[in-house]
Amino acid sequence: MQKENTLKLPSIIESVEKAAQEAAEFAGQNNFGDETLFAVDMAVRESVANAVKHGNKLDETKSVEITFSSSDNDLKITIRDFGAGFAVEEIPDPTNPENLLKASGRGILFMRSFMDEVEWTNHPEGGTIVKMRKNR
Amino acid sequence: MAELNITERQAGDVTILDMNGKVTIGEGSVALRTVIRRLLGEGKNKILLNLSGVGYVDSSGIGEFVSSFTAVNKEGGTLKLLKLTQKIQDLLAITKLLTVFDVFDEESEALSSYN
Repeated sequence: MQKENTLKLPSIIESVEKAAQEAAEFAGQNNFGDETLFAVDMAVRESVANAVKHGNKLDETKSVEITFSSSDNDLKITIRDFGAGFAVEEIPDPTNPENLLKASGRGILFMRSFMDEVEWTNHPEGGTIVKMRKNR
Repeated sequence: MAELNITERQAGDVTILDMNGKVTIGEGSVALRTVIRRLLGEGKNKILLNLSGVGYVDSSGIGEFVSSFTAVNKEGGTLKLLKLTQKIQDLLAITKLLTVFDVFDEESEALSSYN
């Protein structure tokens, strides 16, 4: 059983699907149930999409680094981009009535809704690190 | 095979889009946008999205539903949703969009709501 897996993907939209496939494979190999698989799939897609689009701004010279790790208690995912970073608290609440009809801005809400913990930090050398955890 | 297949049929003046696949970032979202724009260009502004064959939607797909909804509204029409899977219903609940969209389980009920 693989307890940790790291991959580096280019900043293209296709990397979202690739990351989701890798996440599903890793979670399956480590015997996580369907509910976890769905949550992890959703959170990985949203965070990789953010890293590719908003972090690295589709610059193919910049990569997205993803690490999955599994323990008896949980599955942890770390995703790093190499963009300018951002302040998560400045992202508007998409459930606020004035934002309901906006076309974007719901990814972070989905990550928070489906994972047990999500944390954003700015890497000292640039870029955003997203750490997510899902209980087994 | 395309990520999202959309088949179009007409019931009176309502256009029903039977959607099969995934509405996600990239191809799926673009496919929906293209069809909605074409329908509005043809003056068809009563649109019902049948989502019974849609197994997966991400935030980009949800955003595309919202964009479609506002684009159709702007043209004086109405866009409604039919046969949501439990997962899509959950996503619309989380985003509070169940308060925005008219959602139906039965096609006949959805069609009569346009009158």
